[in-house]
This record gives sequence, C-alpha cells and structure tokens, in this order.
Amino acid sequence: MNNETQKILTTDGIPLEESLKKAEKKNKIKAFLLVAPLLLFLIITYIFPIGEMFFRSVDDSMITKWLPKTFKTMEKWDGKELPEEKVFEAFYQDYKILVEEKEHGKLATQLNYEKNGFKSILKKLARKMKKFEEGNYKEQIMAVHKRWTQVEYWRAIKRRAPAYTYSKYLKGIDMYENEDGKIVQVPEDRRIHKILWMRTLNIALGVTILCFFMAYPIAHLLAILPMKYSNLLMICVLLPFWTSLLVRTASWMILLQQQGIVNDFFVLTGLVTDDNRPEMMYNKTGTFIAMTQILLPFMVLPLYSVMKTISPSLMRAGKSLGASPMIAFFKIYFPLTIPGIGAGCLLVFILAIGYYITPALVGGASGSLISNQIAFHMKSTLDWSFASAMGLMLLTGVLVVYWIYNKLVGIDNIKLG
Amino acid sequence: MALPKYTETHYRIWHYIYLTICAFVFLFLIAPLFVIFPLSFNAEEFLVFSDGMKRLDPDAFSLRWYHDMIYGTKNPWGLAAKNSFIIAIFATLGSVLLGTLAALGLSSRYMPYKGLIMATLISPMIVPLIISGVAIFFFMAKVGLAATHTGIILAHIILGTPFVVITVTATLSGFDHSVTRAAASLGSNPINTFMKITLPLILPGVISGALFAFVTSFDEVVVVLFLAGLDNTTIPIQMWTGLREQLSPTILAVATCLIIMSTLVLVSAEFLRRRSERLRGIKN
Repeated sequence: MNNETQKILTTDGIPLEESLKKAEKKNKIKAFLLVAPLLLFLIITYIFPIGEMFFRSVDDSMITKWLPKTFKTMEKWDGKELPEEKVFEAFYQDYKILVEEKEHGKLATQLNYEKNGFKSILKKLARKMKKFEEGNYKEQIMAVHKRWTQVEYWRAIKRRAPAYTYSKYLKGIDMYENEDGKIVQVPEDRRIHKILWMRTLNIALGVTILCFFMAYPIAHLLAILPMKYSNLLMICVLLPFWTSLLVRTASWMILLQQQGIVNDFFVLTGLVTDDNRPEMMYNKTGTFIAMTQILLPFMVLPLYSVMKTISPSLMRAGKSLGASPMIAFFKIYFPLTIPGIGAGCLLVFILAIGYYITPALVGGASGSLISNQIAFHMKSTLDWSFASAMGLMLLTGVLVVYWIYNKLVGIDNIKLG
Repeated sequence: MALPKYTETHYRIWHYIYLTICAFVFLFLIAPLFVIFPLSFNAEEFLVFSDGMKRLDPDAFSLRWYHDMIYGTKNPWGLAAKNSFIIAIFATLGSVLLGTLAALGLSSRYMPYKGLIMATLISPMIVPLIISGVAIFFFMAKVGLAATHTGIILAHIILGTPFVVITVTATLSGFDHSVTRAAASLGSNPINTFMKITLPLILPGVISGALFAFVTSFDEVVVVLFLAGLDNTTIPIQMWTGLREQLSPTILAVATCLIIMSTLVLVSAEFLRRRSERLRGIKN
C-alpha cells in the first residue's frame, strides 16, 4: 500500500485534514466578521484619535512653517555669538510675511512660551519695520530694542526650529530645557504639576484603601447573610451604583456645606462650636469623602462575588481543628478573598486616578486633580498640545495598572452588578 | 446570623462591633441619597432644613421646585430631557447592535487574537473619561460632528459598547452551542437560528447590557462637556452648570426624579439578572 491511500478522504475525495482546516478557516473568518464592525468603529473614532493626541502633543511644526528662511539660515549658526547678517535678513523677510498675514501675534505668544520678553520686542519690531531700509538688517533690527542684541533671544528662536518637541512632556513634570540645552527643574514656586501628580496619586491610593476597609466587612456580611436579608441590604450598594454621579455629588455638596447636616451634627454633639464650623467642601477632605462613597460599590461587588463562592464549612473545619476565629479568618478566609481584593482595588484605583466631575465640583483649588488640569488647558488656555501630553502621561499610568489587572484577574472576569 | 450559645464574651462583643461597623458603612452608602428627597420639597430657597421642616410644619413643604422644573421661566430642563432621551435611546440601540455582534464573535472558539481584541473593545471603559473626551472631541471636530446630536450619539456608542460586550459575553459563556447545531441539523438557516434560538436565550444579557449603555449615556457629562453646543444640552450638563453656578432647589427636584428613575433601572436589572441565572441553571 502506498501513502496516498492511507490518507482519510472525505466523500468529496479531499483529504480530511485539509477539509477540516478549510472549515476552521471559514469559522475564523465568520467570527472575525462579527467583531469587525465594532472593532473598525472603535479604531476610527477612538483608537486613532488617541494616537493623534500623541502627534498633537509633540507637534511643533507651526513655528517651523512660520519662519522657514530663518531656520534654514540658522542651520550653520553655532549659537555662540550673534548670528550673521543673512539670518537677520531671513528673519526680517519671514516676519514681514507674518505681519502682512496678521499671524505675528501667534508667533509672539509661541516664542514667549520659550522665553519671556519676546512679546513686546516683536510688537515693537512690527511697528518699526515699516520704515526699514533695504540692506544691513542686522543693525536696523538691533536698533529696535536692546534685547535683539542679546544672543539668548536668538538661541530661543533656534530652539524652536525642530518640527517635533518633547517640551510639553517636560512641562508636565515641571522640567524644561534651559538655554544651554540641559533639562532642569522649573523654579520651586512654579512647580504646580508635580504637586498635582502627587495629589492625584495620593487621593487615588487613599480612596482605594478607604474603600477596601469599608467594603470588606459589608461584602462579608452580604455573603454570609441568608438570601432574603442580603438582597435587601444589596439595594444599599446597588442603588448608589445605578444613581447618577451628579446626583450623588450634589447630595455631598448639601451634606458637607458649612450650614450642612454633617456640620450641624458636629455642633449638636459638641464636637465643634457653632462659629467654628470646619470647611469640609471645596478642599481635599470633600474630594476624599465624596469619591470614597461614589466608588465604594465598585469595591463591594467584586469582593462579594468572590466571597459568595467560599464555602462556610472551610471556616468551620478550621475552627473544629482548634483554630481561634481570628486565626481561622487570617489563615483560611482572607487568602481565599485575595482575587476579589485585587479586582476591587485595581478597579477603584483606575477609576479614581482619572476622576474629573467630583473633584471639579467639591474639590476647590486644593482638591483638584490631574484631570481637572487637563480640562482647564482644553477649555481655558486652549493649549491643546499640553493637554494631550498630560492626558497621555495619565493614560500610560492607567494602562500599566490595567495591564497588571489583566495579568492578575483577567479582563474576561470583569463582572457588572 | 445568630451566634451559637457557647460563643465567648469577647467574640460576642467583637461580633456586635462588626455589625455596628457594617451598619455605618451601609448608612454612609445610602444616606446621602435620602437627603435630596426631603430638601426638594423645601418651601424656601435655601438648601438646609428650615425650622419649619424640622417641626414637620406642612407650610414648610411645597412643590414649587417641581413646578419650576416643568414650567420655570427659562426652563432649560425640558429641552435637556428631550435631548438626553433622544441621545440615550439612539446610543443604546447602536451599542447593543455593535456590542452583541462583537460578543457573538468573541465567544466563538475560532476567534483569533481574542485577548487583544477584547482588551481593545473594553478600553473605553478603562481609559479615563477625560482622555476619551479629549480624543473624541478631536475626532468629532475634524469630521465636523462637534455640537451635533450625531456626534454625541456616536461618542456614547463608544462609551456604551464595552458594557454590552461584557454582559453578553458573560451570558454566552454558559451557552450550550449544541442547540444551534441541533437547529442547523434540522435545516434552519443561521439567521433563523439566531432569531429563534440564540437571541431568546441571551436576551437577559442583551437587555442588561442595554440598561448599562442607557444609564451610561444618560448620566455621561465629561465627554458631552467637550462636544455639546447650546442646542445639545442634556440633563447632566444642566445639572453640572447648576451645581457649579448656584445650587438651586430645582436641581434637587430633578435629582429626585433621577433617583426614582435609577430605582426603576435597578429593579429591572435585578429582575433580569435573576431570570438569566434561572435560564442558565445557576441556583442560589
């Protein structure tokens, strides 16, 4: 017998192996086609725009486009002494076009980010330039203002030559590239972002820990109570879970205000005097309290779903073998709940670190977080590239936590309600 | 929960301390919601319990803020409610359609790159809303859909689909695929099988995903803040503006209505969850 006849054939005469492979491929395509619409939709409307945020955050081509000749002539300039006449001439020509197109104000703003003092001398230059004579632009420009004779200002222009920059990322961690090209910290009184990052991390961690210590006992109680009682108590967890975030924040604003119920209670019990009511809103305390209550259900639900599966007979067995309830709890029960703890803590942490609404409403100045800063730059200063840079830094942090979550718990194990 | 008779005293004490802690946590969770309810009937303009309310004087209570909510002079709430419902309904339909299809594909054992694709599909739920807001705003501004209903609906479909994908894949995980094969062997075409066999069985998961998508859209404010123009104002936007500018009791009247709505959602979600567990043969 030869090999040909040994192969199992289907009724069509095709080898079975091939036929199965074909069927599998068909099934694969079928499965993929079902996922494709959503995947495509998300990639176009969501994943690409996030990628675009990256380009926006490093893009610096605007100035490159505004001063093409200047940067070309500057290529050979070593930056030690004042540039030659032809750089001045190129700058004059570039700037003249910008003034004619009324774009020179934007250039002033951009260069002022790089070095303070550009705004006024560029304005003055635009005014005086109309009377410039042909030739010897170096002297004419230098005569406009004494800052034009200082080499630092020309170096500042040269620094903006590359079309890409990582300066926005440096700014996000309170660093900048100084005139010598070294990366240094900004002066101490202007280090606002480092404080914000630390505060965000601090509040996210604090809220996670608080949530854990509050959720663990009640999840345990819900898991061991008979169904008819636990269902009733479960409403206390699920009703806030389904209620609008803004409604819950509003209720905290009412409770925590100076004439609010919590303060009334403090006065009534004699903890504080009536004219000495503590400020609990528009600061960090308010953010802490409100965020803990709002995120608590996200800790209770994963804990509960794990605790529900732990058989009570395990604890009984431990106790019957002589373990005290305390030891039985820490040696038997607690280790079994660790998957739930991991899921709950990471979920709460991920949600807390990017929180926006609650800190914006009850946080005030000392309780605002990194997302509030992002929103501020998107809406008020319109520095979208900086907002993108900050957003991506935050996103990187979240993705790292998400990756750990995926490794520990598995993304398929997320449960809702 | 009753303790056995032989329990030692200090464990008995510890047990009661434990129950007290639990009671406080439950109070902490639920009590803030109940502050809103009585204050929305306040006859006065302040957001504190007036002396009359503490004495339960009937004159201290009124429906004026509910009246203001419906017939108020400028009345932004009517338009906001209309927009919110339109946006939420279309966003839910879109999320359910795309999400269910994707979940069906993901549950197939032939699906390639399952982990990577699942992670991508769930990502809008994990990425902080502020970043989603910025990214979606850039996209919508580029294609000219900023400040339109369509733009907001598409944004909410992005945010709502992960919930549908998760709930439907969860339902499908207990799904016995031999029933669809049985249908096929009896001559049913795939579409017929889906409508007659698969869909009725996964329906609880689909509806509970739809509820999540609806609530997400109805409550969403961060992304809408970036996208909405004056004509696209929604209930959360109005609440946000109100809470930032001046806290008026009208907001509390709206909030009370929202709490009632969320209670209804909770009841239906619970009902669906139990029905789904019964159908899949999970017993409590």
